[in-house]
Amino acid sequence: MTVVAPVTCPVCGCLCDDLELVLEGNSIVQVKKACAIGEAKFLNCQKDRLLTPLIRKNGELVQASWDEAIQRSAELLIEARYPILYGWSSTSCEAVRKGLELAEEVGGVIDNTSTVCHGPSILSIQDVGISGCTLGQIRHRADLIVYWGCDPWSAHPRHIERYTAFSEGRYRRSDWGRYVKRSYSRQLLKRVRRLTDIAYKARPLKEVASGFVPSLSTTRDRKMVVVDVRRTRTADAADYFLQVRPNGDYELLQALRLLARQENLDVDEVSGLPVRLLEEVADAMIECQLGIIFFGVGLTMSSGKNRNVDAALSLVRDLNRWTKFLILPMRGHFNVTGANVVSTWQTGYPFAVDFSKGYPFYNPGETSVVDILSRGESDAALVVASDPVSNFPREAVKNMIGNPLIVIDPLETPTSLSADVVLPSTFVGIETEGTAYRMDHVPLPLKRILTPPAGVIPDEEVLGRILDRVRSLSKDVT
Amino acid sequence: MLGEINRLRPKGVLGVPKLEVVLLTGRTIKQGVGKELGKLSNEYHTSVAICQMDSKDLDSIGIRENDNVRVTTRFGSVVLTAVESDRGPHPGVIYVPYGLWANVLTGSHTHGTGMPSFKGVPAEIEPAPREEVMGVRDLLQHYYGK
Repeated sequence: MTVVAPVTCPVCGCLCDDLELVLEGNSIVQVKKACAIGEAKFLNCQKDRLLTPLIRKNGELVQASWDEAIQRSAELLIEARYPILYGWSSTSCEAVRKGLELAEEVGGVIDNTSTVCHGPSILSIQDVGISGCTLGQIRHRADLIVYWGCDPWSAHPRHIERYTAFSEGRYRRSDWGRYVKRSYSRQLLKRVRRLTDIAYKARPLKEVASGFVPSLSTTRDRKMVVVDVRRTRTADAADYFLQVRPNGDYELLQALRLLARQENLDVDEVSGLPVRLLEEVADAMIECQLGIIFFGVGLTMSSGKNRNVDAALSLVRDLNRWTKFLILPMRGHFNVTGANVVSTWQTGYPFAVDFSKGYPFYNPGETSVVDILSRGESDAALVVASDPVSNFPREAVKNMIGNPLIVIDPLETPTSLSADVVLPSTFVGIETEGTAYRMDHVPLPLKRILTPPAGVIPDEEVLGRILDRVRSLSKDVT
Repeated sequence: MLGEINRLRPKGVLGVPKLEVVLLTGRTIKQGVGKELGKLSNEYHTSVAICQMDSKDLDSIGIRENDNVRVTTRFGSVVLTAVESDRGPHPGVIYVPYGLWANVLTGSHTHGTGMPSFKGVPAEIEPAPREEVMGVRDLLQHYYGK
């Protein structure tokens, strides 16, 4: 048995770099310090793998040789007039670089998963600007943490523990002890309520949907505010929970902006929340020493989209008249930030880059994949380390499946099941080294811990082979 | 607004109760673990082919937890297993974790941003006692013919 430490976790944008893995031969038997999702990935990475390339023949996916599969992929990409190259957030920066080269060679559109995630945030940041920072600053200094439209407890399970309320910073203490006490008292309250229920067959104590949760201790160091449409698990740990009406974020953000500018609101309620509560939250925001808003796709996927993010970025700008306030998007996949970064330094644009004119062209809404697919303009797709068939709207999926589809992935997914060519690849960060960017734009190296299954090669190499074949085939034609 | 649209109205020939709700799709920790166990695994299926509902909404269309419901939006319709939400109260709001099932229900209009609306979609929900929740392969065959 050997222990490998520290290991960086290739799951979400937190890129936790303190994991310990216990190995037995060429398999992982125990994962320490990881969240449930990280543990599941490390322990299951060798099960149900794609081991050989597959090609669709007479409607069925059948095994093929690497040479045949690469040849078929290259032919499909050359034949296509307007191919899409999509995915890129769960692979290394090195593979993204190769992908961009391929996109330019075949004159296609290259887009990454941020297009259906924080794409609107990027548009907004380009318009308004952002007061950003690294997560280390937050860990050591932030005393007010706002999670808006995101649920790190479910999507970035160690974010609170490593970087915000429950982390032990140099200048700020962890809030964990107080949270545990509060959870016990909440459980006790529930039991009392159940007993009184039985005794009186009525509900004398009502659960409050939104509001301030009274704290047990007065010597607090950090405060946490959660704004969400549901009482998420993150909300359970917050000091203030604002349950905003679905699609009501823009209104609420603008109301807070008014309050931060010391204006009065002539209404009693905004987006289902009493103005008195908003005033209290605005006061907490103004009075803190260093505040941060982490925002999630609750803002980008609901009505307003990039305009919601405009309002959030502007709120932070307003708050900086009083105190130091920062804002960061909660990036999902482990290297979605890297996909944006590499795309930007190669082409000038972070996503939705169209090479069909022979030079990079960027116009989200026009050159973004969901729009291209909905208009039925593309005639082939290459998907790398992603599962758009599960995550795109139905109409977009229909068009993607209706045309030739090439998939590079370590596992069988609904996208690989619908593909015409499937190329098996290794897991970056487990079987292949590479670079990934954390959500705060800090690049971290990923390790090779296990030997990949025989005959399975990294994304970067697969893309390189397709690119070489495309170049040699194009040369033959000319 | 929620109070307004969250009204129960009898519909259809047999007066099957339908409820107008707002659909949210998103991540859950079980969906996160399920996807790492494999998109074709049973764990993934049971973590995403569900519809989390408020207990009052379950009562108002006369179903119990683990009964099947049909969710319909103007983009599509799919059968899911109803689950009582442990994140309530949120009457008038249903939550379906990201996945093939949720995305049958979402539209592809992006308002010029590239981003479809995956949250805050108007939907209708009704009991579907005689219908089955489809598996991945059946769903691909049924909706996309592949």
